[in-house]
Amino acid sequence: MDSVHDMGGMDGFGKVEAEVNEPPFHAPWEGRVLAMQRAMGYAGAWHIDHSRFAQEKLPPVTYLSASYYQRWALAMENNVIERGYASPEELKAGHAQTPGKSLPRKLTPDVVGAGLSRSSFYRQQQGPQKFKPGDRVRTRNIHPKTHTRLPRYARDKVGVVEMCHGCHMYPDSVAADRGDNPQWLYTVVFTSQELWGPDADPTIKISIDAFEPYLDPA
Amino acid sequence: MAGHDHDHDHHDHDHEHGSELSETQLRVRALETVLTEKGYIDPAALDAIIEAYETKIGPRNGSVVVARAWTDPAFKKALLEDATKAVASMGHMSRVGDHLVAVENTSQRHNMIVCTLCSCYPWEVLGLPPVWYKSAPYRSRAVKDPRGVLNDFGIALPKDTEVRVWDSTAETRFIVLPMRPAGTEGWSEEKLADLVTRDSMIGTGLPLNPAQTDSKVK
Repeated sequence: MDSVHDMGGMDGFGKVEAEVNEPPFHAPWEGRVLAMQRAMGYAGAWHIDHSRFAQEKLPPVTYLSASYYQRWALAMENNVIERGYASPEELKAGHAQTPGKSLPRKLTPDVVGAGLSRSSFYRQQQGPQKFKPGDRVRTRNIHPKTHTRLPRYARDKVGVVEMCHGCHMYPDSVAADRGDNPQWLYTVVFTSQELWGPDADPTIKISIDAFEPYLDPA
Repeated sequence: MAGHDHDHDHHDHDHEHGSELSETQLRVRALETVLTEKGYIDPAALDAIIEAYETKIGPRNGSVVVARAWTDPAFKKALLEDATKAVASMGHMSRVGDHLVAVENTSQRHNMIVCTLCSCYPWEVLGLPPVWYKSAPYRSRAVKDPRGVLNDFGIALPKDTEVRVWDSTAETRFIVLPMRPAGTEGWSEEKLADLVTRDSMIGTGLPLNPAQTDSKVK
């Protein structure tokens, strides 16, 4: 969806300000939010693309004014409610009123190592690889109302395939609850002039990782 | 803290921020209680996850990988060919998932990593991303004005150096292999690792030079 999370190329946000000796968390609740997200993911309550989509669906003003972990918390509440893991009344009351749904597994202290490991996104290939490194491609001009990983600044642009990363689960499909629908994944590199016009600095190149359905031959 | 006006603004901001936080704290606590009572999560596992990110999973993991690549040409070759496999062969950290790519800085090319759509970052090798990495200023500008962003970090590259920006739009994760600083011939891996800052592995910084080791900052 075309919302404010898709920030590449926007102006006006100001300088990047780094904090010296930044701690992992700025308040204990931030750690709880991160850990809950990991635990619910491990349990199979939802996929990382559902978490991303839930954040993207926050009202733009909320997205921009909330802190990072506040966004995570708001998105998690929405996923919990929309997927029927708890009711709004329960979250408001701060207590469960009915037993939980059954989930595939539960993250317990003895398996925390597994909860910290990233799972693989490789999936069985569904068809032949359409592009190879060196091929010129044009990204599609798509504007789905649902989750996509093709950023606006790189739509309808010509680039060159640089790497193929194999066949991955397809976020656009996963976030819409339409299954893994595996797709070939490529690194596609663009010149800055292609993305930002003839006055752009010619020494800059930008790449995205693009799923095959985002690409046509060019 | 410059003048009176600034202090005043800052105070108001803190005050506002403080009351938002307490509402967030309450909501996060309610969410954790409900998810625990429903049987989905175990608070002791959350404690263990938080502890791991506070004490074990940080940029030192990546620094050790870079230092090894600086001293062992066979390892460097393996790292650039398949970073997942190379890092796994070191056995000092949890699995990186299947999708790590290392990109090498040279005198001709400087690499920089961003996630314009959310906050994708190689957690296993760099720990949790800093706030600036997840912020609107970085996400919006890195793909359009990377030299300007580097200026914010106090870095001015030669005008003819190619700047390559990698937007992490899928599950591939990138780590920059920075250039080994001059004057470090014969240094041990451990001593070299002290030169490798987090930002040098994101591409918004350079490794420390030997004279700077005593004043290492992020």
